Amino acid sequence: MRISMEEILKVEGLSKTFTLSRKQQKIERTTARRKVAVDNLSFSAYRGEIFGLLGPNGAGKTTTLRMLSTLIRPDSGDALLDGCSVVNQPEEVRAKIGFLTSELKLEDFFTPNYLFDFFSELHGVEENAKEKMKNEMFARFGIDKFAEVKVANLSTGMKQKLSLVISLVHDPEVIIFDEPTNGLDVLTARTVTDYLQELRSEGKTIILSTHIFSLVERLCDRVGIIIDGRMVSCGTLEEVCGGMTIEDRFFDLYKEEKGGEE
Amino acid sequence: MKSNTLTIIKKEFARFFGDRQLLFTTVIMPGLMIYLVYSLMGNGINKMITEGADEVVTLQVENMPASLAPMFYNLDSNLVVTLQSFGDEDIKKLEDKEINGVLLRFPEAFDERIAVYDPSLDMMPANVEIYYNSTNNASSRVYMIISTMLNNYGRSFTVNVPQNEEQRFDQASDESIGAMIWSKILPMLIMMMLFSGVMAIAPSAIAGEKERGTIATLLVTPMRRNDLALGKIISLSGIALLSGISSFIGIALALPKMVPIEEGGLAFHYATTDYVVLLLLIFASVLIMASAVSLLSALAKDVKNAGTMVVPFMLVVMLAGLVPMFQSSVPEGIVTYLIPFYNSIEVMTAVFAHEMQWIPVIVTLASNIVYTGIAVWGLTRMFNSEKIMFSR
Repeated sequence: MRISMEEILKVEGLSKTFTLSRKQQKIERTTARRKVAVDNLSFSAYRGEIFGLLGPNGAGKTTTLRMLSTLIRPDSGDALLDGCSVVNQPEEVRAKIGFLTSELKLEDFFTPNYLFDFFSELHGVEENAKEKMKNEMFARFGIDKFAEVKVANLSTGMKQKLSLVISLVHDPEVIIFDEPTNGLDVLTARTVTDYLQELRSEGKTIILSTHIFSLVERLCDRVGIIIDGRMVSCGTLEEVCGGMTIEDRFFDLYKEEKGGEE
Repeated sequence: MKSNTLTIIKKEFARFFGDRQLLFTTVIMPGLMIYLVYSLMGNGINKMITEGADEVVTLQVENMPASLAPMFYNLDSNLVVTLQSFGDEDIKKLEDKEINGVLLRFPEAFDERIAVYDPSLDMMPANVEIYYNSTNNASSRVYMIISTMLNNYGRSFTVNVPQNEEQRFDQASDESIGAMIWSKILPMLIMMMLFSGVMAIAPSAIAGEKERGTIATLLVTPMRRNDLALGKIISLSGIALLSGISSFIGIALALPKMVPIEEGGLAFHYATTDYVVLLLLIFASVLIMASAVSLLSALAKDVKNAGTMVVPFMLVVMLAGLVPMFQSSVPEGIVTYLIPFYNSIEVMTAVFAHEMQWIPVIVTLASNIVYTGIAVWGLTRMFNSEKIMFSR
């Protein structure tokens, strides 16, 4: 259900290698000092689509999204987001994206009301637009009743909804979600996925990472499968799956890449 | 893109002033505790001094000068003055607390020697021997009364001799003594108070945000990293300054209970310029302290790690604060005033000693501002470093 062919994100040859600490070497059960997290990754995303990065844990999905959101810098390659380079124009890129991951937290001490105002100010949102957006978003996610309650006293689900709302205060064109339903209860997860579809219908582009096949099938217009930091297949669900289910196709690709090992 | 420094400062202040517990422990408690502890100590010392004030004590005087006799008889209603020679046996009795008082020996012909004494001729003045027992409260109390009286007498005697340049210098000695003592103590106290204010909040300011994951939320906004660095340092400095001011007020209120200021005690005379320079030095010192601790906090993995990293640094600052106690004059040359922390301590010492010169003041203020600028730059680089911001 692609809405346009306007390329809003173009990723070219993105690579990232990490140096492992001794602790990380133990966790990864390896003696290697370096780990290639993302290896020469290229793909594009188009305006008004949901693009899913599918891969197992440790495949490089989160690292890719962190590079796209300019939290970490690629070793090589670049990505142009609405014409802005993540390497050379990080501030401009950050102004155009909303980034959400479970690792991003909100200060417990503040209320939703304060945090919305604070992040709106950082994004340079005008007062009228801010109030309108706040009223709409708070009402939609049921935050309005807790607007003056400190984050510390909110339920986990409400905190996650608030994080989502805060990441969208500036009404970004591109929304990057790392594992959008991870750790959410079923009701909150449904609210989030419904909202992502609504954002798509408004012409927003959503880049998400997941390891949940059903989520890809239900939400994504296009999908890229990442294994060991490399893009092994990318395209529409039809193009990638060729009549198979995404789950079956993924395991075929996985076996090909790993040479039969599971 | 507009500057977000002010937005960060507002948020940090909102966080601080909105947390009553943090406000109490950081701003109100230091001043209150210092006032209470110092007041209690002062009261204890005063009690020790005045204990036994109603007790009848003896003052045995050998060779009482006619010029001083009336003063001794009017000193204290509980003081029994006897005019009698004394020897080693009496001194032993004093040691054994068998004599409850003081033994005082004037040289023979004291009045005549004083009459011909001229300090400009490098003559030996008339020496007075005072024997007392410091472990006997009554003896200590009488000793203090006697020594104060004799000191005052000595001063008035110096003033009354014919005027010349050296004697005018002697007239200013009260202020010089006060200035010397304040210059040894206050710079260290001020730096300690300021640093304790910084320590109360700065280690957790960035390390805490890293630990809680809230720093990443800030870093994905379009805000420039240097706005974040500057906002953090300015807000931390402001809060630390409040804590320092609270401590300073605590000291100022408790000081008169610790040491007698004026009225024969320590003079505390400083000009408006001195106060302005001190205020500027305090601002500059807090800025650089907050900058340094922010850098360490950013480097640290978590708040606990930040606290551990800051302690050695705090010890260095404390040691620097002790240096003026062991030096006879403020150092000359510009290089000293380029050393962060130490430069502020030396200039404060000079201000309190009435030896302030403008070049060290300007060099100290300018270098501290430059170092703060370098720290903002360093912190900006750290905010851009994934290894530092996201390391575990």
